[in-house]
Amino acid sequence: MKTMKTLLDPCCGRCTHTPETPCRDYVRCQTEGPLCHDDPACRMERERLLRELKTEVGSQKQAVLFCTGTGCASSGSNKLIEIMDAEIKKAGLDVSVSTRPTGCHGFCEQGPIVIIEPAKTFYTRVKAEDIPEIVAKDLVGGERVEHLLYVDPTTGQAATTYANAPFYAKQHRIVLHNCGHINPERIEDYFAQDGYRGFAHALQDMKPDEVIEEVKRSGLRGRGGAGFPTGLKWGLCRQSAGDKKYIICNADEGDPGAFMDRSVLEGDPHSVLEGMMIAAYAIGADEGYIYCRAEYPLAIKRLEIAIKQAEEVGLLGDNILASGFNFRIYIKAGAGAFVCGEETALIASIEGKRGMPKVRPPFPAQQGLWGKPTNNNNVETYSNVPHIFRHGADWYAGFGTEKSKGTKIFALTGKVNNTGLVEVPMGMSLREIIFDIGGGILGGKKFKAVQIGGPSGGCLPESLLDLPVDYDTLVQAGAMVGSGGLVVLDETTCMVDIARYFLNFTQKESCGKCTPCREGTKRMLEILVRITNGEGKEEDIETLEKLAGVVKSTSLCGLGQTAPNPVLATLKYFRHEYEAHIRDKQCPAHACSALLTYTIDEEKCKKCGLCAKNCPVKCITGDKNTPYRIDASACIKCGTCMEKCKFGAVVRA
Amino acid sequence: MEWLTLTIDGRTVSVPKGTTVLQACRMNNIPIPTLCHDPELTATGSCRLCIVDIEGMRNLPPSCVTQATQGMVVRTQTEKVRDARKTILELLVANHPLDCMTCQKMGSCDLAKYAYEYQVTGEAFAGGERRHLPIDDSNPFILRDPNKCILCGKCIRACEEVQGRGVLDFSHRGFNTQVGPAFDLPYAESECVFCGSCVSVCPVGALTEKQMAGQGRPWEVKKVQTTCPFCGTGCNFDLNVKDGKVIGVTSNPEAPVNGRALCVKGRFGMDMIHSPNRLTTPLIKKDGEFVEASWDEALSLVAEKLGEIKAQYGADSIAALSSARCTNEENYLMQKFMRAVIGSNNVDHCART
Amino acid sequence: MCELCQDLIDPKETKLAEVLAGYAGRKGALIPVLQKAQEIYGYLPADVLRRIGRGLKIPVARVYGVATFYAQFRLTPMGQNVLRVCLGTACHVRGGAKVLETIEQELGVKDGGTTEDQRFTLEIVACIGACGLAPTMMINDQVYGRLAPDKVAGILAQYE
Ligand SMILES: Cc1cc2nc3c(=O)[nH]c(=O)nc-3n(C[C@H](O)[C@H](O)[C@H](O)COP(=O)(O)O)c2cc1C
Ligand code: SF4
Ligand code: SF4
Ligand code: SF4
Ligand code: SF4
Ligand code: SF4
Ligand code: SF4
Ligand code: FES
Ligand code: FES
Repeated sequence: MKTMKTLLDPCCGRCTHTPETPCRDYVRCQTEGPLCHDDPACRMERERLLRELKTEVGSQKQAVLFCTGTGCASSGSNKLIEIMDAEIKKAGLDVSVSTRPTGCHGFCEQGPIVIIEPAKTFYTRVKAEDIPEIVAKDLVGGERVEHLLYVDPTTGQAATTYANAPFYAKQHRIVLHNCGHINPERIEDYFAQDGYRGFAHALQDMKPDEVIEEVKRSGLRGRGGAGFPTGLKWGLCRQSAGDKKYIICNADEGDPGAFMDRSVLEGDPHSVLEGMMIAAYAIGADEGYIYCRAEYPLAIKRLEIAIKQAEEVGLLGDNILASGFNFRIYIKAGAGAFVCGEETALIASIEGKRGMPKVRPPFPAQQGLWGKPTNNNNVETYSNVPHIFRHGADWYAGFGTEKSKGTKIFALTGKVNNTGLVEVPMGMSLREIIFDIGGGILGGKKFKAVQIGGPSGGCLPESLLDLPVDYDTLVQAGAMVGSGGLVVLDETTCMVDIARYFLNFTQKESCGKCTPCREGTKRMLEILVRITNGEGKEEDIETLEKLAGVVKSTSLCGLGQTAPNPVLATLKYFRHEYEAHIRDKQCPAHACSALLTYTIDEEKCKKCGLCAKNCPVKCITGDKNTPYRIDASACIKCGTCMEKCKFGAVVRA
Repeated sequence: MEWLTLTIDGRTVSVPKGTTVLQACRMNNIPIPTLCHDPELTATGSCRLCIVDIEGMRNLPPSCVTQATQGMVVRTQTEKVRDARKTILELLVANHPLDCMTCQKMGSCDLAKYAYEYQVTGEAFAGGERRHLPIDDSNPFILRDPNKCILCGKCIRACEEVQGRGVLDFSHRGFNTQVGPAFDLPYAESECVFCGSCVSVCPVGALTEKQMAGQGRPWEVKKVQTTCPFCGTGCNFDLNVKDGKVIGVTSNPEAPVNGRALCVKGRFGMDMIHSPNRLTTPLIKKDGEFVEASWDEALSLVAEKLGEIKAQYGADSIAALSSARCTNEENYLMQKFMRAVIGSNNVDHCART
Repeated sequence: MCELCQDLIDPKETKLAEVLAGYAGRKGALIPVLQKAQEIYGYLPADVLRRIGRGLKIPVARVYGVATFYAQFRLTPMGQNVLRVCLGTACHVRGGAKVLETIEQELGVKDGGTTEDQRFTLEIVACIGACGLAPTMMINDQVYGRLAPDKVAGILAQYE
C-alpha cells in the first residue's frame, strides 16, 4: 500500500488535518507519525519518505545536490541539473538517484558545487562536461572523480568529503545547517530536519512570557548590527499597550560585501518564517512583514513559495494548529536604499514613504509600523530562534562567550584564499577565521588588516588578530560585528583608499535629512579624495578628526553616527599611511592611481607587444622597431600591462 | 499636572511632564539655537543645531525632540556643544551662497543670526562642491532660491499641516536633496495657491516675499498690526511700512484669528494700497461711460432709484444679496437697512447653499 | 483623443489602471505600485507619476519625492541592456574600480548614463551577493564573475 507520494500527504483516511480543521499534533506527526492512530503501514510509509528526504548514511538512495544559490547559479548550476537529470535517466539510475537543488553552501568561490549524498562527496567548479564522468565514475562505479575534489591550497591535500575540507571543519553550522542540504522550495524537506518543531513546542507548551524568558536565557543578541538582546526587545514590545502589533523581519542586507541573510533566505526560508512565528506568538502580533532587498529576486521567490506552503499546511493563517493563534506574513520588496536597513526608515518605506529615519524614542516597540507596537529583527536573528526552542536555551547558551552567545555567520571576502560564508561560535579569534578557515592570504601576500562590520565598522591590524570575535571586544577595538562582513586586506590595499571607499558609500546612501550626515560626510569624502589624489594638506587629518567627532555625536540615525568609524579606525591604526599620502605624496600600497605612473623600461622591453595587446584602453603604442610607450594621459592605471609583461619591463612608480 | 525638576546649566527648574528639553529651556529664558523646530509643526529633529549635553547620554541629543525627565542634568553651552554647533553651521554655510548683502532675509535670517553668534565665516570647507540650482522667479508672489535652502523641511510641513495642500516635499536624497514642488518645477506650474505659509516659516532667504525684494530691510521697517480688509475671516497681520509706504505683509504669530496663516489676498494683495488702478471715487455711468462722482452724488442716486422702485413696485420687489466674506457688523447693517429702511425681508447671502 | 479613449487603447495604461485599482485603498501601496509601473513602462514618465498620485490620492510631490529617493526607480528611459558593475567591498578590494574605469572608457558613459546608441545603461551597485566571485558585474540578469579589465571588451561585444 503506497498512499503517500510526499511527506505532506495524509497517511490514510484517518488523518483529518487541514488548515480549516487543524490537528494540534500535525508538526510532530510529520516525523513521528502517525500519532492519532496506530498503524504500522502508515508508520513505515512515513519512515520511508523521511529516509529518502534525509539521504542519511546507509540510505539505499543517492542524491546529487546542486547549489542553486546566486553565486553558483551565475556559474550555470541550473543548467547542470538538467544535464545531470538526462544523464541519470540515460544510465537508468532514475530509481535510485535523484537530483536536488539546494541553497548556498557558502563556498561560492569554488562554485558550482555538487555534493553526492549520503557519501558527502564534495565536487567543486563542476562544468557541464564533467557531468557524464560523475555519473559513470561515481554514481555507477562508486569511485570519486579525483580532479573535481577540493584541494587545500596550503597543504595540497584533497578533501574527500565536505566535512573534512578545512573550510568547513572548523565551522559550527547552526543557522546554516540546512543551507546547501535541503531543497529550500519544499516544506517537507524542512519538516524532515525537525522543522517547525520549535514553533509547535513554543505555541503548545509555553506561555508567551515563558517564550520570552527562554530567549532571554539563551543570550541571543540581534545579528543585524548592534547586538541588542533579543529577548529583552521582545519583552518591551509585548509590554507595549496596543490591540494590534506587528513583526518585521529586516532582510534589507545593505552592507556591501555581506550576503549571509541572502543565503539563509535562499537556502532555508522556512527557518526565518519559523522564527517570526515564535516571535509573533510571544509578542502577540498577528501580522508580519519581511522587508527584502529588491536586488534579491531569488530570495523573494523562495520566500513566496515558503509562505504559500506554510499557508497550505495550516502553519500560517487562522487558528494555527488548533491553538487559536492567528498569523500572516507578507513580503515587501525594497527599492534600493541602504538607509532602509535602519528600522525607522524601513518602517517608513513599508508605509510607502521616503526612507528617512525618525528620531527615537518613540522606539518601534512602542510606536512602529502604522503607529503600532512593532518588533523588528534581522534574518539571522530569527533563524537562530527555532534552534533555541528545538534544543533549549541552555544548549544554545553553551556556544560563544560570556556576553555573546551562539554562533555568528561571517562573510569572509577580500584577499583571502577561501572566500565565502563561515559560521563559527562567537569568540573564535580572527586568526583562526582568516588563516585556518579562510586558508590565509591570496597569492601568498602579506596580511595587512581586516575590515569588520562594513560601512559602520573598522579596520583592525595584524596585532589584533588574536582578538576573540564578539560584540563587545570588537567595539572596544574600534570595529564592530555589524552585519558580519569580514574583508581581508593585504599589503597592496591602501588604507586611506579603504576609508575613502566606505565614506563614498555612506555619503551616497545618506538620506539627507540631518545636517551633519548630509553635509559632513560630503566634506569628509572631499578631504579623503584629496588625500588619495596626492593633494592632501597638513591640516586635513585634524579636520577629518573634528568632523568625524561631530558627525558621530550629532547625526540623527545610525548611518551618520557610524559613518566616520572606518576613517577613525584607519587613522588609529594606519595613521602613517595618511601621512605618507599627505607629506610624501606617496601611496605605500601602490594602490592610489593618482600617485602612480606606469612606464616601460626600454632596456628590459623585448618588444613582444603583449602589454599593448592587453591594455584595455589601448594607450600603449610601439612595434618591432619603435619602443613601446605608455600614453600617461590616457592610462587608467589598471596594471594589466605590468601583470602581462613577462620581462618585468613595465615599471610602476 | 505632574511636575518634573531638572538642572539646566546649573539652574534647577521645574516643568510640567511632557515638556521637551527645548521648551524647558525656553520657558526659563535659556537660549538654544534652532532651525527646523517650529512649535506649530511636527518636530523632525533634523537640523541638529539645538543639541545639548545631557548626563548619561552617549551622543549630543537634540533638545527639540528630547523629553525632559525627572533629575535630568542638561548643559547647553559646554565647549563640546558649542563646537559641534559651530561645525554644523560651518557645514551649512559651506553649501550656501553668502549673498547677505543683497538677500531680502538679512536682518531676520536665522542662519545669519547664528553664524554671527558662533562666528562662522565661509572659510571652513571652502572650495568644496556646492549646489547651483535655478532660482524660481515664476510667479508674482514668492521668490524661491533653492541654493539658500537649508532643508529644514518647515515649508513642507506648513503646506501639508497648516494649509493642507501637500504641494511641497523633499526630492532626491543625500547631498542632492532638494525641497520644492513635484518634478522640481517652479511654483507657478504646481498646485500652489500662494497662501505663503511656506514663506512665513522659512528661517532663511530661500523663500521670500517677492514684492518686498529691495524695498527695505527689517530694521528699517515699522510693523503695524492690522486686520485684513479683504474678507470677513478677520485675519490679522503686520503691514511692513517703510517711509510711510506699505511695502508688504508679514505674518504676526500673535494674530488671534489666524496665527501665521493667511491667504493669497491678505498676504500678497496689499500692493493694492498704492495701486494706480485703485478706485478712489464712486463712478456713475452716464451715456454709457463711467464718470467720476462724489460720494454724496452717488449715494443720492442710489437712494433715489431705490425709492422709485419701492414706490412703483413695492418693497418686496427689492432684495439684497450680501457676502459671507463681509464682516458680521457689515452684514448686520445690511439686513437692518433692508428690514427697517426698505421694509423687505428679501435678504440672502452667497454662502447659503 | 480624450483621456478616457486613450485608456481604452493603450495597453500599458490599461495595465496601470488595473494595478491602481488593485491597490486602491490599501495602506503602503505607493512603492509596490511604482515598482509595477516601472515594470510596465520600463521607467517612470512624469505623466505616470501624476496618474499614480491621482489614483492613490497622494500628492504628486510625495510621489515624486519617493520616486527620486530610491535607486531602483528610473525617471528616464533605460538602454537595451542594463550593466550593473559591483563596487561592493569585496569587489572594490579585488579591483572593481579598475573594471569600472575600463567600462566607462569603453562605453563613454558614467554611473547612471545611457550610451548614445541606447545599447547600454551603466549603473554602479553595491554588492550583488556574489562576492565570492569578485570583482563582478551583471548585464541584465547574467552575472559575470572573476573579472579583469582586459576581459571587459569581450563581454560587452556579446550584447547588441
Ligand atoms: C544605516 C543602517 C543600516 C542598517 N541595515 C541593516 C540591514 O541591512 N539589516 C539588518 O538586519 N539590520 C540593519 N540595521 C540595523 C537595524 O536598524 C536594526 O537594528 C536591526 O534590524 C535589529 O535587528 P536585530 O535586533 O535582530 O539585530 C541597519 C542600521 C542602520 C543604522
Ligand atoms: S544620519 Fe544620515 S541617514 Fe541618518 S537621518 Fe541623518 S542624513 Fe539621514
Ligand atoms: S596600466 Fe592599464 S591602462 Fe595603463 S598602460 Fe597599463 S594596461 Fe594600459
Ligand atoms: S539666507 Fe541668510 S545667510 Fe543666506 S544669504 Fe540670505 S541672509 Fe545671508
Ligand atoms: S504658498 Fe501655500 S500652497 Fe503654495 S506651497 Fe506655500 S504653503 Fe503650499
Ligand atoms: S525653503 Fe526654507 S523652509 Fe523650506 S526647507 Fe528650505 S529653508 Fe526650510
Ligand atoms: S482669509 Fe485672506 S482675505 Fe480673508 S482675512 Fe484672511 S488673509 Fe484676508
Ligand atoms: S531645532 Fe532641534 S534638530 Fe533642528
Ligand atoms: S561586493 Fe561585489 S558582489 Fe558582493
